[in-house]
Amino acid sequence: MKTENQKAWFFVLPVLILVAFNALIPMMTVVNYSVQETFGNNQFFWEGLTWFEQILRSERFHAALGRQFLFTGLILAIEVPLGIAIALSMPRSGPWVPVCLVLMALPMLIPWNVVGAMWNIFALPDIGLLGYFVNHTLGIDYDMTQNPLAAWVTIITMDVWHWTSLVVLLSYAGLVSIPDAYYQAAKIDGASNWSVFRYIQLPKMKNVLTIAILLRFMDSFNIYTEPFVLTGGGPGNSTTLLSIDLVKIALGQFDLGPAAAMSLIYFAITLFVSWLFYTLMTKDDLN
Amino acid sequence: MAKITLEKMKHSYMPSPKGPQDYALKEIDVDWEDGGAYALLGPSGCGKSTLLNIISGLLVPSIGKVKFDGRDVTHLSPDQRNIAQVFQFPVIYDTMTVRQNLSFPLRNRGVDENTIATRVQAIAEMLEVTDMLDRRASGLSPDNKQKISMGRGLVRDDVNVVMFDEPLTVIDPHLKWKLRSKLKELHQRVKATMIYVTHDQTEALTFADQVVVMQDGEVVQIGTPVELFERPAHTFVGHFIGSPGMNVLPAELREGGAFFQGQNVTLEGAVDSAASGRIEIGIRPEFVSLGDTGIAAQVRKVADVGRHLVVEAMAGDHKIAAIMNGPAPLQGETVHLQFKPAQTRVYANGWIATGAAS
Repeated sequence: MKTENQKAWFFVLPVLILVAFNALIPMMTVVNYSVQETFGNNQFFWEGLTWFEQILRSERFHAALGRQFLFTGLILAIEVPLGIAIALSMPRSGPWVPVCLVLMALPMLIPWNVVGAMWNIFALPDIGLLGYFVNHTLGIDYDMTQNPLAAWVTIITMDVWHWTSLVVLLSYAGLVSIPDAYYQAAKIDGASNWSVFRYIQLPKMKNVLTIAILLRFMDSFNIYTEPFVLTGGGPGNSTTLLSIDLVKIALGQFDLGPAAAMSLIYFAITLFVSWLFYTLMTKDDLN
Repeated sequence: MAKITLEKMKHSYMPSPKGPQDYALKEIDVDWEDGGAYALLGPSGCGKSTLLNIISGLLVPSIGKVKFDGRDVTHLSPDQRNIAQVFQFPVIYDTMTVRQNLSFPLRNRGVDENTIATRVQAIAEMLEVTDMLDRRASGLSPDNKQKISMGRGLVRDDVNVVMFDEPLTVIDPHLKWKLRSKLKELHQRVKATMIYVTHDQTEALTFADQVVVMQDGEVVQIGTPVELFERPAHTFVGHFIGSPGMNVLPAELREGGAFFQGQNVTLEGAVDSAASGRIEIGIRPEFVSLGDTGIAAQVRKVADVGRHLVVEAMAGDHKIAAIMNGPAPLQGETVHLQFKPAQTRVYANGWIATGAAS
């Protein structure tokens, strides 16, 4: 005799509560702000979709979004191939493996604001090691506080330094899981090094690479601390990425409504692009 | 298609091997005829995969030479040797279709498209995979994957030798038999020299014309399945081949004859005069029968395996197995065991020490 009851729901309850407090409720307060206007005193006025319309039409938002895509695009274009290349050139066995792994993991262990501060000092034209070297030894005019290009070069380099390791470690994990027989078979089949990479290593790394790209996309698209500490969004607005702009609107100008609307649009874009990446990269597995 | 010669070959994985214990392969000297089907049989860790990798060129032996048709190829890379190897776990290129997989070795060697198309078609027909040619290879079942990796070896018509490294390990039991007979058929059609490594005696004995039995990095015996069965050159071969394996009983040599528990045992021929050390009598269960006289033993177990009975009897502390067709002796009953003289041999320190009856 089988008794049926609804007790199993209790098992789901903890996770429901967790998700509610950790995601749904905060998110709903944002939704709440995004459709209302407030002047403090806990007084709210219904505004409908005005803020969304305003943000989507705002040139300031377009510019920040453009900078954000440029930043993410550049770091993905550099970090993914570079990460794979480093992983390929790392030893697969022997005493150097742990040394390489620790060296690789080191940048990732440093807190984000420390990374920002480090690179800020590092790049200062007169006292920073890098800044001084580039300006005085190489004789190239380099000042990230004055020159937008220099600021961009610095934030990109900083991110590459900080996060390429993630791609390296994930690719490396994919590489070491390939059985020797694959390399032996390829040798026997007369495959070139490029063929080995294209038909054995890359396909076997695909799953971890998908994760690496997704993580790097999300992290870089939502990046705030490092560029904020490094350049503060300047010079001018040249390195004001989406999250920096959002904080300016929300906390600088205290425009909670537009800031909430922008957060939701920001979130939707991140979600959509992640979904797009994932779908494109895994669509081959289905057939 | 080539004759393969291994000349005084030794291999050690250590940079400076000291004694024989440091060698994974100890002094191997073999000739494999062109177009033959050979099996390398031995327990795990006996060096058979090492030997295979030396022939394929994935390893260079520490000492000695590998020759194909008399040409020294010891230091040639695998692709220069024109060999094919099928691994324990099917190796296929996941992102390619079956057709691309099969044409890959040809394309790498710059063969023209027309030749590739006809070769691939021919091989696909031979392997019965024509209907999956345009499917992605990653979605195939293990037995089909293994067929494809075999096909990648056979697709080259200039292949010197095709090697199989325990290729049926991941195949379902009911498909093993099918794939095994497919292999045999392929060998008859393509006439390439084939070397098949396995620890499964059934696979070795059904596939090969000649079986090379290995133990601890040494070749113990090379022979046809019948020879290995009927006249094992070493007690190890007797043990390893056959089910149950050969009975090996401690014996003494006196007055030119062999004695087991004080009883003279008639042998196939004269005992080698130089025989000394550990002396044993070897007799296969198939050639042990019950009689009125002979070695007294107590029946411990009778197993009916269908085609025949396996009787296990204890002569003192020694277990003797006998294969017979009914009537079955009772458990606990005392019986007399007789050994067929033509199949009874003496082994000294494991090696055969009786002359064959002529």
